Amino acid sequence: MTEATSPESTTPDPAEGAHRWPLWEVFVRSSRGLSHVHAGSLHAPDAAMALRNARDLYTRRNEGVSIWVVPSDAIAASDPDSKGSFFESPQGKDYRHATYYTKSEGVKHL
Amino acid sequence: MTPDPHDVGALGDSSASATRITPGFALRPEDIALAAEQGTAKPSEDVAEYALRLGDDALILAQRLGHWISRAPELEEDVALGNIALDQLGHARSFLTYAGAAWGKSEDDLAYFRREGEFRSAHLFEQPNGDFAATIARQFIVANYQFPLYRELVKSSDPMLSAIAAKAVKEVDYHLDHSTQWVLRLAGGTDESRRRMEAGLNLMWPFVGELFEDDALTARIGDAGVVPSSLKEEFDRTTGAILAEAELDVPGHPMATGGGRRGNHSEHLGLVLAEMQVLAREFPGASW
Repeated sequence: MTEATSPESTTPDPAEGAHRWPLWEVFVRSSRGLSHVHAGSLHAPDAAMALRNARDLYTRRNEGVSIWVVPSDAIAASDPDSKGSFFESPQGKDYRHATYYTKSEGVKHL
Repeated sequence: MTPDPHDVGALGDSSASATRITPGFALRPEDIALAAEQGTAKPSEDVAEYALRLGDDALILAQRLGHWISRAPELEEDVALGNIALDQLGHARSFLTYAGAAWGKSEDDLAYFRREGEFRSAHLFEQPNGDFAATIARQFIVANYQFPLYRELVKSSDPMLSAIAAKAVKEVDYHLDHSTQWVLRLAGGTDESRRRMEAGLNLMWPFVGELFEDDALTARIGDAGVVPSSLKEEFDRTTGAILAEAELDVPGHPMATGGGRRGNHSEHLGLVLAEMQVLAREFPGASW
């Protein structure tokens, strides 16, 4: 529909807006009583609006009962290039698994 | 009989499981249509006319808000306005389905095959979207009107109106929060956002008065409906508090003439209806 006051004429360029709004990471806890799980990310001007946007974007289908939002730049991440030193060291260290040990005789409920 | 939202069998999905994501249980327009078909939901002429007013308000607003999808300032806001539009559309479908039960008409008959003069929506709902701030101003007025309206309508002596309102009030509570957050942010943002928020409120405020006008129907309907004027004091208080927090003045414009409840509309409604109805009228019975 063509109208004198169409939104296109007055709305700022969306790409420009995206640079001004910080990125947030969203964590949703489902109703099954599990821990919060990373669901995705979104843009929002502040934490209160980030929570509301997260509600709209990630709980549309009854997915959750609780939402956390965290500024993306507040998350420190491991370096993908240091995979070897970071994550491969436990390999071969079977004794770190409970199944490595034999059960003492007479112990129940293990 | 009102479908019991806790009765799994009555609302369809009996395979629902606690470990799967399910749509949940709430009163759906389809349940109302089924009750109408079985003859268990038949509103009186007055109740039907009253439901038509509330349904038309929600329907026209849903159509207006849907226009924002892909045009909002941010993707996230696209989804937010789209969600609100769908909530309103859901309320419209419920109210129109129930109203239609009195006249042997479906929700589609009422939405797509009535003429402009047969629509009972108030003028506020057909106002053009304008810029984002104007839409927020309209949402702010609508939510501060619909929230107490539906909260009171839950007490209706008509069980179906009560059930529809009980579902709607939770959704409108969120619409209230959404518009409040944006009024505060636009008012407290930049000089430009504040100027636009003020302009939006000035544009929409003349259409407040019509929402709270009583007439012969609202007098006759008694306990089944809500007397519009009884909501005005709370509206003034709740909007006044937020506008004060935003350091904005309550616009002092004289009220527009109104007349929507009698089928007198501004030039805007015809354009909304043309876009909304064209497909159904061009291809009657089409589904997509």
